[in-house]
Amino acid sequence: MSARLSAVAPDHEAKLRALRALIATHKRWDIIFAGIGVICLAFGMLAFVALFFQMAIDGTPRISWDFFTSFPSRRAENAGILSAWIGSTLVMFVTALAAVPLGVGAGVYLEEYAPRNWMTDIIEINVTNLAGVPSIVYGLLALGLFVYQFGLGQSVLTAGLTLALLILPVVIVATREAIRAIPIAIREGAYALGATKWQTTSDHIVPYSMAGILTGVIIGLARAIGETAPIITIGALTFIAFLPPSPIGTEFPFVNFDWLMSPFTVMPIQMFNWTSRPEEAFQINAAAAGLVLVVMTLAMNGLAIYIRYRLRKNIKW
Amino acid sequence: MSAVPSPTIDSSRSDEPAEDLVIKAEACDFSFHYGSFNALKKLNMPVYDKKVTALIGPSGCGKSTFLRSFNRMHDLYPGNRYEGEIRMYPDNLNILSPKIDPIEVRMRISMVFQKPNPFPKSIFENVAYGMRVRNVTKKAILEQKVEEALRAAALWNEVKDRLHDLAFNLSGGQQQRLCIARALATDPEILLFDEPTSALDPIATASIEELVTELKQRVTILIVTHNMQQAARVSDYTAYMYIGEIVEFGETNQIFIKPQKKETEDYITGRFG
Repeated sequence: MSARLSAVAPDHEAKLRALRALIATHKRWDIIFAGIGVICLAFGMLAFVALFFQMAIDGTPRISWDFFTSFPSRRAENAGILSAWIGSTLVMFVTALAAVPLGVGAGVYLEEYAPRNWMTDIIEINVTNLAGVPSIVYGLLALGLFVYQFGLGQSVLTAGLTLALLILPVVIVATREAIRAIPIAIREGAYALGATKWQTTSDHIVPYSMAGILTGVIIGLARAIGETAPIITIGALTFIAFLPPSPIGTEFPFVNFDWLMSPFTVMPIQMFNWTSRPEEAFQINAAAAGLVLVVMTLAMNGLAIYIRYRLRKNIKW
Repeated sequence: MSAVPSPTIDSSRSDEPAEDLVIKAEACDFSFHYGSFNALKKLNMPVYDKKVTALIGPSGCGKSTFLRSFNRMHDLYPGNRYEGEIRMYPDNLNILSPKIDPIEVRMRISMVFQKPNPFPKSIFENVAYGMRVRNVTKKAILEQKVEEALRAAALWNEVKDRLHDLAFNLSGGQQQRLCIARALATDPEILLFDEPTSALDPIATASIEELVTELKQRVTILIVTHNMQQAARVSDYTAYMYIGEIVEFGETNQIFIKPQKKETEDYITGRFG
């Protein structure tokens, strides 16, 4: 079969030129917006990078083994962050232990069990709003509730529970979002085999949403580790030259819980304390502590990314 | 499957040679409401034992809604209401009754979905899950049941060396056969198929269709399909549905060759739908 090439209409050239001019005009906006976008991004990034580098340049020379193993001191060159990083670690441990079961339980209930009615709607809206409540308000609540009402004192336990309350909305929202990402088909597949709600939840919903839940927990903890206001409100010490009793003992039963009731300090408070001193040397200590705190936070976020990657490797939807 | 014989239907209205037809389930004036919307209107239809019954009709006619009523899938969502009955034999039980636990119904009537929906677990665990739900923990029984179900679903030879691989690594057609094995492993009395091949390529579709015709030896099958050729190929009985009603129900041959109703004929010949 033979065919001839399509004939060129007389105004073909003109039409094509007009079309190309139109496309060029439209594309100009791509370039303009890309430019604006880069400027916006640069403002945010430059500010962060500048702050971080300033801190890193000031603080790096101060970081040494002694810095991690010394208590704070009146002499800047002897002062360290031992009580602060141990305090932060213990408080985070309590926070995670309290926030994970409460947050996951509440999130699973809201997604899988709660009846769909106005009560649930109100609870849902409020959980989301709680994430935006200023942290000092949680501090005030904890001062009244944990310190005075329950008599837990200005302890590691109080701080852990306070921060747990603070990150609870984050954990609940992360849990719910992870659960919602599970396709309805998977849920129906389990129900169609005769599974009960609890069997579906424990065999499928929770395991498949674990990646999202853990990510939310770690992001919440990364926020909590930098919180200062609520910890000051409940009365954490700003200068502390001893450690809480060790959780692991040499005698039976090898664990003790006295550390929960011990006074403590945390990294951001240690920093705050140092920055309020007039001597230059303490400012450098504060920068070094800040650097350690930022690295701790980044490490936690890195861990969250790694866990999500590992757990989601086998789940594709 | 059960010792008590099901009631037999009077087959005098059919011209076919009298065959021993047994009713496994039966819709009696069955209506269904989504909120205030009446999706299914007074349906009456038998489902014959060890036969394949196809539900056909244009999108939105309610065929999937009807199918999903058989294992009370609608109970999972609020605002749904059943009216009338779907009776199941030999126990002459209205499976829609609020007194009957939907979980009991789902344990007796299994379902295969539109898109393959294996769990993100191993092939073995997928098939074994129905047994796990029923508290079967003995490894030997689980292994035997899993093998049996995979053989019945014509998947055993392809997966016997990698039972502990993830189910997601299977092809779409294999995944759908895995879902059939999962549904078969617990010896259901009725197996529901909701457009089981709509997400599959033609070769995988052919293997599923072949499987459906084989499976009717052991289980009563109800299948929804938007593909009329598929209904003609796999089913013994066909119901044509339109806007929530059963327009015509009969033997598949009769429906496709000599439809009684004009609407059925228009749909089947492609003039409509």
